[in-house]
Amino acid sequence: MTIDAIRLSPDDNVVVTCRAVNQGATILVDGVALTAAETVPIGHKLAFTALDAGAGVIKYGMPIGSMTHAAQPGDWVHMHNMKSDYMPAHLRDATGDMAGEAA
Amino acid sequence: MIEGYLRADGRKGIRDAVLVVYLVECAHHVARRVVDAANDPGVQLVGFPGCYPNAYALAMMKALTTHPNVGGVVLLSLGCEGFNREELARTIAASGRPVETVVIQQAGGTRAAISAAQDAVETVRARADAAVQRVPMALSELVVGTICGGSDGTSGITANPAVGRAFDTLVDAGATCIFEETGEMIGCEGHMAIRAATPAVAQAIEASVHQAEAYYRAMGYGSFAPGNAEGGLSSQEEKSAGAYAKSGTRVIDGVIRPAEAPPGPGLYLLDVVPPGPPRFGFPNIVDNAEIAELIACGAHLTLFTTGRGSVVGSAIAPVIKVCANPETYARMGDDMDIDAGRILMGVATLADVGAEIVACVTRVAAGEPSRSEALGHQEFVLTYKDMAGEPADAAVPRGPACLVGSG
Repeated sequence: MTIDAIRLSPDDNVVVTCRAVNQGATILVDGVALTAAETVPIGHKLAFTALDAGAGVIKYGMPIGSMTHAAQPGDWVHMHNMKSDYMPAHLRDATGDMAGEAA
Repeated sequence: MIEGYLRADGRKGIRDAVLVVYLVECAHHVARRVVDAANDPGVQLVGFPGCYPNAYALAMMKALTTHPNVGGVVLLSLGCEGFNREELARTIAASGRPVETVVIQQAGGTRAAISAAQDAVETVRARADAAVQRVPMALSELVVGTICGGSDGTSGITANPAVGRAFDTLVDAGATCIFEETGEMIGCEGHMAIRAATPAVAQAIEASVHQAEAYYRAMGYGSFAPGNAEGGLSSQEEKSAGAYAKSGTRVIDGVIRPAEAPPGPGLYLLDVVPPGPPRFGFPNIVDNAEIAELIACGAHLTLFTTGRGSVVGSAIAPVIKVCANPETYARMGDDMDIDAGRILMGVATLADVGAEIVACVTRVAAGEPSRSEALGHQEFVLTYKDMAGEPADAAVPRGPACLVGSG
């Protein structure tokens, strides 16, 4: 049995990929079909429900940050559209430059 | 069965190292030459780089050099540094361990000090071998630490909760388990406090995490590295929620500080963040600084979960690698003891991997080298820290007051 993604808690509004999921692929999670809006690597998050800007992101049944931009089910949820409610994260881009705070 | 090394102070170890300890960077080269020439995985290099004295570093060195996995010690001093080598040597001797001190300025320079320290290693090894007794050791006598490094989106689903299952089994068996890094518990303090054995422990947990948040905020960075984001983690609290799963589900019996031994069996949170405003920089600059603190609290071995793929081990106490990510395991399996990514592939359950971890702990405690040991990893980091400053909230109980069964 291959698992594509899992929803860790019944309260979660994101799912976590168990393998890389290609753009356009439709995966079934808790009986809901999600079509990946873009290719997402293993361990990343896809929106399980529609998420408004400002909405809390719930994973493990716990708040893990807030949306900075809206997302549709199947959209990749990461630092381009969500942020920490505690402290900013820092990044390093592909050139090795520190990209500073996430959006 | 685990055959432990019984020490004069009554504690039992699972390894029998002779430590060569440089007490300032100026003595590092001599110490390294001595350890390299010994070419024996049981002769290990640790040290402290700074010339200025530091109470935390002295307390750490006292705890590390009298760790039950250590049979004897050779101290290497340049001669003029601030480290209190006499007090450290007295503490080691009082624990019943052989100790020799070589002072490079007194020995007559590099060549003479290397030669003297090589003789000292032989003397200490012989005396340690003559003193040690092998005795049966139960799982309940083990102290096990856990840490995560190179976390990604799989860590919190596979390796961390699997270690949590193993911790539940070990705590139920009467062992002592330590989880750490209050900076990686930011956002989890409320849930942790509910698991506290007493209201004082709950208060200490919440205070320690709030202090971690204030400290990291002042430093400008949380405990969140670029690789965490590449691996799918989007926020500090998301990383925290995954890291917290390592602690399992049992009652949290107390909050301890670096170099402080838990007062009895059970589950403990190691608070690694100094009180007050930042003084010497990040609480721990890298994973091995935290592993050294777990060892200084008495950990016989450490369970290290990794998603991105860390390769480190440690001096003094074995590190067992639990790999969270099946893609990482496929690339770096030679460095990994446990393949927890099988949970994602649907071919193993959390319970299966938790049981594998407990079995691996038992084998490594019984003498089987962990992967990092077999590969020769003996990393060690100890830097400046001030754990004695005034806490931001002086009303919060510290030390014995926040431990169960004390006072």
